[in-house]
Amino acid sequence: MGNNELLLDLRNLQTYFFTDDGVVKAVDGMSFQIRKGEVLGLVGESGCGKSVASLSIIRLVDKPGKVVGGEIIFKGEDLLKKSEEEMRKIRGAEIGMIFQEPMTSLNPVYTIGNQIMEAILVHQDIGEEEAQKRSIELLKLVGIPEPERRFNQYPHELSGGMRQRAMIAMAMSSNPDLLISDEATTALDVTIQAQILELMKDLQKRTGMAVLFITHDLSLVAEMADIVAVAYTGKIVEYSDVRSVFKNPKHPYTFGLLRSVPSLVNEQRKVDLPAIEGMVPSPYHMPNGCHFHPRCPFATDVCRREMPELEEKLPSHYARCFHPVEVSKEVV
Amino acid sequence: MKKLVEVQNLTKYFPVLGGVFSRPIGWVKAVDDVSFHIYEGETFALVGESGSGKTTCGKTVIRLIEPTKGKIIFEGKEITKLSQSEMRPLRRSMQIIFQDPYGSLNPRLPVGEIIREPLLVHNIGTKKEQEDRVVDVMKLVGLSPEYLHRYPHEFSGGQRQRIGIARAIVLNPKFIVADEPVSALDASIQAQVLNLLLDLQKKLALTYLLVAHNLAVVRHVSDRIAVTYLGKVIEVAETTELFSVPLHPYTQALLSAIPVPDPDVKRERILLQGDIPSPINPPSGCRFRTRCRFAKDICKEKEPPLIDVDGEHYVACHFVKKGKKTEYTVS
Amino acid sequence: MATEYALEEVEKKETYSYWRMVFKRFRKHKLAMTGLVILVAIIITVIVGPLIWRVDPIAQLEGPYELLSPSRDHPFGTDDFARDVLARWFAGGKISLMIGFAAAVSATIIGAVVGLVAGYFGGVVDAILMRIVDILLCIPTFPLLIALASVLGKGVWQIILVIVVFGWMGDARLVRSVVLSLKEEQFTEAAKAIGVSPSRIMFIHFLPNVMAPIIVSTTLGIGSSIVYEASISFLGFGVQAPLASWGNMLQNAQQYIWNAPRLVWYPGLAIFITVLSFNFIGDGLRDAMDPKLYR
Ligand SMILES: Nc1ncnc2c1ncn2[C@@H]1O[C@H](COP(=O)(O)OP(=O)(O)OP(=O)(O)O)[C@@H](O)[C@H]1O
Ligand SMILES: Nc1ncnc2c1ncn2[C@@H]1O[C@H](COP(=O)(O)OP(=O)(O)OP(=O)(O)O)[C@@H](O)[C@H]1O
Ligand SMILES: [Mg+2]
Ligand SMILES: [Mg+2]
Repeated sequence: MGNNELLLDLRNLQTYFFTDDGVVKAVDGMSFQIRKGEVLGLVGESGCGKSVASLSIIRLVDKPGKVVGGEIIFKGEDLLKKSEEEMRKIRGAEIGMIFQEPMTSLNPVYTIGNQIMEAILVHQDIGEEEAQKRSIELLKLVGIPEPERRFNQYPHELSGGMRQRAMIAMAMSSNPDLLISDEATTALDVTIQAQILELMKDLQKRTGMAVLFITHDLSLVAEMADIVAVAYTGKIVEYSDVRSVFKNPKHPYTFGLLRSVPSLVNEQRKVDLPAIEGMVPSPYHMPNGCHFHPRCPFATDVCRREMPELEEKLPSHYARCFHPVEVSKEVV
Repeated sequence: MKKLVEVQNLTKYFPVLGGVFSRPIGWVKAVDDVSFHIYEGETFALVGESGSGKTTCGKTVIRLIEPTKGKIIFEGKEITKLSQSEMRPLRRSMQIIFQDPYGSLNPRLPVGEIIREPLLVHNIGTKKEQEDRVVDVMKLVGLSPEYLHRYPHEFSGGQRQRIGIARAIVLNPKFIVADEPVSALDASIQAQVLNLLLDLQKKLALTYLLVAHNLAVVRHVSDRIAVTYLGKVIEVAETTELFSVPLHPYTQALLSAIPVPDPDVKRERILLQGDIPSPINPPSGCRFRTRCRFAKDICKEKEPPLIDVDGEHYVACHFVKKGKKTEYTVS
Repeated sequence: MATEYALEEVEKKETYSYWRMVFKRFRKHKLAMTGLVILVAIIITVIVGPLIWRVDPIAQLEGPYELLSPSRDHPFGTDDFARDVLARWFAGGKISLMIGFAAAVSATIIGAVVGLVAGYFGGVVDAILMRIVDILLCIPTFPLLIALASVLGKGVWQIILVIVVFGWMGDARLVRSVVLSLKEEQFTEAAKAIGVSPSRIMFIHFLPNVMAPIIVSTTLGIGSSIVYEASISFLGFGVQAPLASWGNMLQNAQQYIWNAPRLVWYPGLAIFITVLSFNFIGDGLRDAMDPKLYR
């Protein structure tokens, strides 16, 4: 898809939170790459560091959090070495962000139109009138009916789905090269969610931007992404193109997750789902060795002792596991 | 099959307060003239968009919310007119599992007390018997009895949901309203809790009213499904029937929008236009008409009744006729 | 099993219950611990003191012994009625502390019950109770206190009654506002769903949740009750001579403020330090119990 130019290269990112109760290694050595025009799906359960990773990329991690290691190479330059001034120019202009909670990321005292215009005026050298015209176009583009009227409305006067679309319009306002979408549709209904996904796909195809698509819903990733990165406790445990991950998962966590989701085609209803036993460990007490071993059916002594490296298990299919799953053709 | 619960013309309007004197200036028609029944031992699911009145409906059925109109019949007895204190003995047989596993647990009571409370309230057994029962139930839902003296904040989301389930089953109820029992849970924990619910249903012959928005989950665990839209039930059918022959245009759109965890499956989506209208001023006639691609003039003028098109498959659409005949065409 | 493992992780971090957490955090609070130590010292002194210093606090010495300066026989000197001040200081301390405890605790209990009932039932009940609170709050307390004191008569129990009558409204408001928010919590609905009666919801389910603000308010209330008693006594309506309280000792001393200022210092400092310790303890408890500061 697109050309093969590397846009974002995340290398061994480490973001820790230094709390009173100890250090939370929210992101602990995450690496992934996004090429131009590509959609990377970042999946994992709640608390595995997806949002923190995305905030680290745009350098918006708040205290007590701190990026303590790694590199974030965006268009060949390390964002961690940029000054705050330079970052401000990149945010919104080159990297657009849709936050996890649209309700809290819009300012309740300004109209939707005002906020989109503001985003345009900050980054582009155009007049107010021009900016207003563009804002209304954007609102139309993201499928908000009667954009002229909505332009003058406040966030609370819009429905959740519309607010989410306003956020997308704002993030898209300056044609960013990279769009970070953090659970942009999780809070929405399936029918509205479908509307927004179609919209994002459409815009992405038209403008050729790359997307970092964050979610905990594997189905959405199957639909949207070209490449999938599966995170568990702050580390990437599986990384490959979307077909390979879904058809041939190597990490027992990905494997277990895929099997535990009730299917829409399965003949057998009302039977036990193959669940992953146990639960995600507390961030304050990570188990030794592989963080997944307490829940892993294949764990052996080596898993309890050592953390496996992210290794190539199939051509360009990486997994962090000593005992990668062999999926036989029949199971699929 | 015996009907355990029967709901007739159930209606719940919430006042919208405003003005200086906080007088009702309008009504949220959360549940509007809804009828359905639930057979003994089955899982009956309510699905639909957010705000379509699923939770309100579930809570009204067990009289946690007072209905504005309508009749609720439980085990052949009308319970709509009972006072709250007359309801209290009946609560032994009807329970609820809440959507938010943390919010529904009192943060200052230890888990053992939370689960024992129903037994205390209904004066069942001696102290010793109650304690034994609590331990049994905890084991049943997969919680170690060692955690009797712990407080809710010391547990994970999945464990808290188990505590909520333990409290709901400790009285051996017949009927449980499960309001989004897994939507607050992590992907990997969801299957654990679903398995538990299925398992308990088999062991204790429970009847569930399941409220959920995840259709794959609903398909997996329920026997019959009712689809709600803006306070109305617009289609009711047996699960496999609904998934294979959805008749209402909204159901079709809803089912087509379910994402599938398979990159090879590219589904043809029916995209709806616009947003859900406000439940304070629902559209006239058929409430779905503002987003329906088949809408005609009649939809604006007349509200379609919920009719039985094919033995136990009910649909409310002007263009669906007996024998599952559909006559809608894009105008 | 995997589940067990994860549970052990939880255990390591939080084996303690809510109250143990409060205790742990309270102990870390330096000011509060200082307050507690001083307070315990004062309580021990006024209890043990009279057992060692066996002098009758009421007996007037024969002879011209009024207003003696401190000496071996009378370490704190004597007062204008030639009574031993140290003995009176011990006896007065006991009475003042008792009034403080009894008044603050009863005021809190009444306030809590009123707050629970008003908050839980709402509507007319709430309106009536809260209007009573408003009325009591907007009457200037002090003149009325004195009026009431003069109607009820003078004595320890009357004083407690007077302080309670005017001391419960703050707690009632506090508890009511907490209950109003608890009522919206889902666990309340959960309790109704299992058939819990209103009174049980109030006293078994809500009470533990309002305990934190209540206990804090009681500690602070003890301090202010002691001051109240002192002020009433100061104006001559409190604990009556020859019985001693720190309050009436202070009141008697005012006429001698120039020729025997020590008579002001002994009870005055005692009240000051006691109230301060209670305030420190109250602050510490508030910090230790505030769930927002949790973790
Ligand atoms: N301000 C903070 N202080 C301490 N820990 C934090 C803070 N913010 C995040 N964390 C921790 O960092 C970890 C990762 O959080 P993050 O928000 O990235 O998760 P996530 O993968 O986005 O989850 P979700 O799917 O719930 O959004 C979590 O364990 C979280 O508790
Ligand atoms: N106590 C209340 N007072 C006023 N309006 C209410 C109240 N409870 C619910 N509503 C309104 O009633 C409608 C139906 O709400 P309900 O919670 O039943 O929806 P739901 O289908 O369960 O949605 P969700 O999937 O988001 O949980 C909504 O418009 C909601 O705003
Ligand atoms: Mg997140
Ligand atoms: Mg709901």
